[in-house]
Amino acid sequence: MKISREEVLRVAELAHLELSPEEIDTYRGQLDEILSYIDKLKELEVTGVEPMAQVNFHSDAPQVAESHPELREDVLRRCDVADAVLARATDAEKPFFRVPKVIER
Amino acid sequence: MSAQTSWTVAGVREALASKKVSAKELASEFYVRIEKRNPELNAYLTLSPERAYEQAARIDAAVSRGEALPVLAGVPIAVKDVISTTGIRTTCGSKILENYVPPYDATTVERLERAGAVILGKTNCDEFAMGSSNENSAYGPVRNPVATDRVPGGSSGGSAAVVAAGLAVASLGTDTGGSIRQPGSFCGIPGLMPTYGRVSRYGLVAFASSLDKIGPFTGNIADTAAVLGAIAGHDPNDSTSAAVPVENYLAEIEKPAKGMRIGVPEDYFGEGLDPEVKEKVQAGIALLESLGCQRIPLQMPHTDYAIAAYYIIATAEASSNLARYDGVRYGLRVPGSTLIDMYRKTRERGFGPEVKRRIMLGTYALSSGYYDAYYLRAQKVRALIARDFSDAFQKVDAILTPTAPTPAFRIGEKSSDPLQMYLADIYTVTGSLAGVPGISVPCGKTKAGLPVGMQIFGPHFREGSVLRLARAFENAGGFTI
Repeated sequence: MKISREEVLRVAELAHLELSPEEIDTYRGQLDEILSYIDKLKELEVTGVEPMAQVNFHSDAPQVAESHPELREDVLRRCDVADAVLARATDAEKPFFRVPKVIER
Repeated sequence: MSAQTSWTVAGVREALASKKVSAKELASEFYVRIEKRNPELNAYLTLSPERAYEQAARIDAAVSRGEALPVLAGVPIAVKDVISTTGIRTTCGSKILENYVPPYDATTVERLERAGAVILGKTNCDEFAMGSSNENSAYGPVRNPVATDRVPGGSSGGSAAVVAAGLAVASLGTDTGGSIRQPGSFCGIPGLMPTYGRVSRYGLVAFASSLDKIGPFTGNIADTAAVLGAIAGHDPNDSTSAAVPVENYLAEIEKPAKGMRIGVPEDYFGEGLDPEVKEKVQAGIALLESLGCQRIPLQMPHTDYAIAAYYIIATAEASSNLARYDGVRYGLRVPGSTLIDMYRKTRERGFGPEVKRRIMLGTYALSSGYYDAYYLRAQKVRALIARDFSDAFQKVDAILTPTAPTPAFRIGEKSSDPLQMYLADIYTVTGSLAGVPGISVPCGKTKAGLPVGMQIFGPHFREGSVLRLARAFENAGGFTI
């Protein structure tokens, strides 16, 4: 198998998922199958290829890209949303969200 | 009250302007239809009559004052439940947001209403838009209105189903790897994925930020043009929306398709393609040739690697975007003895199996020791796939392919095998990775009466030429070929 039970547990911990023992076995099998398929990426020669992280809007107009027309002026604007935001929390006391103790792990 | 069963955007405006129907009557007519049909289809999750009737009243007042009506005046529209609506519950098809009511509207929602649209409610979808069948919704699957034992496609299954069933004139969906085009294909209606950056995503709940797009489902191409025109364009609240001028789509679709060069990549017609789908799409391409389009064979050699690259990139981005659901600020919170314990319990109970599977895969691909082998390599392969498209668009104005390898499958048929479900996205994820616009248009039906979809890709920001070809196809009877 490409992925061990320990690796599944480590990934679940990184992702903050508390998986049941059945879920661990199911995901291990499914991730193994998916990762085996994804191995086909290794067939391609990618040396020297620039990774593509985002679609470049202005690839045919570099002078436009240079002027960053998508960005607005960095100026302060009034943003009166604290009450609306806190109203959606399970446990809040203005201006804070309340959470369980963080010092133990 | 009108007896009309099938409404278009233009038809609604005309009926309002000539006072054959009021916006309020029209909204109420649609709510009656929804009440009858939705219990079976499960396509709407939440209805918003209060907001709809307020907007309808504004439109009716404008009519009575004799004002010029905006392009979508009185048009009943549905919105996928991953797009934020002030005061209307937005669940993303997830238990973790079961009671979440956004404090603001997405830009697309604001623009639809500014254009006069009446928002009827929010549609069911795969949880956080992750799925190809709508079976991953925490609120149950949607049934395909064309054949109710079958899936409507996904992830925007509810948005496709409501338009196909006449429970909305148009709807918004989102497309990350095919989630508008494939349900459009399965339900037999046009579904457009715009260019990456063409439509603002402010207020869209993020799944994979380098791939997510918002686009319309409609009953015909003129309506696609009208809805896209209303929502497209730069938004100062979304720096990933492009400051590229918006074409006049309603004018573009009136231009003839004659002389357009249509590319047909043989890589999209090989193994795994249902023979009936292949036959219909080939007949569709031949129809466009008969209209004077020039057919050009293409090679897109990296097509076969698109699924693998897509499922690494999309899940990696999802694992990061979904880290925000931790029970602290909004959404479900399950108590825990420590902060970490609370995170883990909240996420375990709040997320469904497909979302957890994708978070696991994405976290694995980004984790130390695997980043280069998976994520970085997938981004390089993405660049090669994008190059296939830019090379092709040196030679052609549009690329024609099947939308999906099969017609709609049965509910439950593929849900136990995640990899098989992913592989069915083969023809749509390529364009998603390249960021180009693509539409699925109806292209006849199989012998069993199931809709087939033909996909048309165009160059970045050339939705005008994609829609022009789609409209010519529609006018020539291609939808029922």
